[in-house]
Amino acid sequence: MLKNRSQANILYIDLSKKDYYIKNRPELLDKYIGGTGIAAQLLLEECPEGCDPLSPESPIILAVGPLTPFFPLASKTVALFKSPLTGNLGESHCGGRSAISIASAQLTAIVIKGKSKKPVFLTIDNERVYFKDATTLWGMDSNFTTGRILRQHEKGSGIRTIMRIGKGGENKVLFSGVNVETFRHFGRLGLGAVFGSKHLKALVITGQSTLEVTDNKEYKKVYKEIYETATESKLMNKYHDLGTAGNVKGLSDLGGLPTRNLQSGSFEKADDISGESFAKEHLGRRLACSHCPVGCIHVATLREPDPNDPFFFKTSMIGYDYEPIFAAGSMLGIHEKKGFLRLVHKIDSYGLDVMSAGVAMGWATEALEKGVITEKETQLKLKFGDWKTYRECVKKIVDRENDFYEHLAQGVEIASDKYGGKEFAMAFGKNEMAGYHTGPAAHIGLIIGSRHSHLDNGGYSMDQSELMKKLLPPEEVVDKLYEEEAWRQILSSLVVCFFARGIYSKELVTKTLALVGLDFAENDLMDVGNKILALKHKFKLREGFKFSDVRLPERIFETPTPVKNWDRKYIEDALAHADKFMQKNA
Amino acid sequence: MRLTVVDTERCVGCQSCMFACSRRKNKVGFSGSCINVRSDGGVKNGFIVVVCKTCEDPPCAKVCPHDALILSKKGGVRLKKSLCNGCGNCKEACIIGAVLWDEEANKPAICIQCGSCEEFCPHGVLSLTNGEDDDDKGEDNAEK
Repeated sequence: MLKNRSQANILYIDLSKKDYYIKNRPELLDKYIGGTGIAAQLLLEECPEGCDPLSPESPIILAVGPLTPFFPLASKTVALFKSPLTGNLGESHCGGRSAISIASAQLTAIVIKGKSKKPVFLTIDNERVYFKDATTLWGMDSNFTTGRILRQHEKGSGIRTIMRIGKGGENKVLFSGVNVETFRHFGRLGLGAVFGSKHLKALVITGQSTLEVTDNKEYKKVYKEIYETATESKLMNKYHDLGTAGNVKGLSDLGGLPTRNLQSGSFEKADDISGESFAKEHLGRRLACSHCPVGCIHVATLREPDPNDPFFFKTSMIGYDYEPIFAAGSMLGIHEKKGFLRLVHKIDSYGLDVMSAGVAMGWATEALEKGVITEKETQLKLKFGDWKTYRECVKKIVDRENDFYEHLAQGVEIASDKYGGKEFAMAFGKNEMAGYHTGPAAHIGLIIGSRHSHLDNGGYSMDQSELMKKLLPPEEVVDKLYEEEAWRQILSSLVVCFFARGIYSKELVTKTLALVGLDFAENDLMDVGNKILALKHKFKLREGFKFSDVRLPERIFETPTPVKNWDRKYIEDALAHADKFMQKNA
Repeated sequence: MRLTVVDTERCVGCQSCMFACSRRKNKVGFSGSCINVRSDGGVKNGFIVVVCKTCEDPPCAKVCPHDALILSKKGGVRLKKSLCNGCGNCKEACIIGAVLWDEEANKPAICIQCGSCEEFCPHGVLSLTNGEDDDDKGEDNAEK
């Protein structure tokens, strides 16, 4: 039995009626652990079949796990929603202080439905919800300003989370995200647009409750083991030192770094945008999510002179990681670090997903070069490497400036439906690609993952560790990726950061869950993982999704990858197998 | 023994110290922690780390109407819970904000310089100096 009753509290908020209530549902945790598990069940309960993702009845579900805030690294919040970008399952994970604050407010999940007549932001404080006027915040150019105002206006410094959307979300750009604690994001699949459609500008969550464990002595012992492994392990040091940006150079050398809209897998200027180079010239600060001793968040300092006044300088702090470096760097042929940082800053201040934004602009650039579209559409001379023009392009997307940008704001799939250039429109299942062209497993992984994310199953890693040595039959690749995805359902139900996947073994998961009063046998965990995956597959099937319907852009077969000897048929066979798996599983 | 903040610039804001402090009292969470880490006006500016600096003539003790805060020979003050009525004068009196508030108990959370936080600081922000063992554990340190 759960030691703390509040760990099963679900807060239901209705923005139309400005009403809320809390329901205690421990049976959900007994069955699905927490995080993504309970969120998947709540999504099935709350999201009407076939609903418009931007309609009032479309829900936003946020969930944390039963190990939050008990153990280090259980510091993610899972958001589930119907994605306006893909029309099927939307799932995005975010760290910062979000998970700890939700658990401290005596909640395990938050369900938000309805639509406010006027812009609002919500303050959730220890089980209470306050609906506050956001009229003045709506339409602000910079998301960072919104953050600063809320920081000064609201209480709870140090223990709260502030989630907010930018202009991208307000204008329902379908790949807009939600910014959290300045440098963290619910980036992918358009949660920002769902917030925007509800006139929900921000959530401020704070709480001061404490929790208890079943056995204090054992708890302290296990805690210390985890903490020491996390602070002493080489792998975790890697995330702290250079961060994920440390992979840029290696992937480019290997030929797996998408460059200039994936016309190449290596970037000749990769040295300029490598993790080493950023650390040397720009790294200004490293930050951690709350209750994670690692501190993998890398923030660059950008010092720019005023163009007109020689003694004026503007200093900005801008977050960077591998994925932004791919999307707003190599994918757009940008090698100047300062230009890259200014572009990322722009994308971030509008609250767009940097990966989708970069991939969409990469397609537009190539389409313009090839004459598929003209400057009449783009209104700009988009050119690979020209970050200044891309900054203008971002603004046009957010403002939906003309018919072309109206389409581009809906993602590269919709834009290429209308304007052509499908063979190099780099999206899978309508979600813009991630930064890995390592081989077939990376692409299969993106397609068959329940949220079409490179983190669903780590296919890119399978390419490098296995398929580069020996190509496996596509069915076997799919089976292995699903096994990994099932296990990751457990991790994201615990909301343990995937960077800590090497630390949280089955044995440790069972042990830590027992300390909060949840009994799961080690041998049953994979079954639970599969059950959670089945909930997601059920949702996808319900919304009419099939893996074999996913369009395969010709480009992935044209540009060589580190893994050789695979083709379109190889991927098609994999997808047919994935469809069978999904049908059976759901 | 005295707890000192060696270098806030090394702080990544993981708040492991705050959890360590609560854990010492068999609690899980922020409330009741005697150390506070918060951003310096947004995480981009880094962090403020607030700990009790063990004033020689502590204002917090002077303003307590019930003499619930007692000077410790080892430095700092100790809270006599039974005398405290939760008026909050001590909190107001501490100019550096080191008298934190335990919202659940509605009493101040007073640092006893035990060093639990320092043990769980991964980046060397904190240090416990003077080398003596502190056996003068306040009543809020009682192991359950």
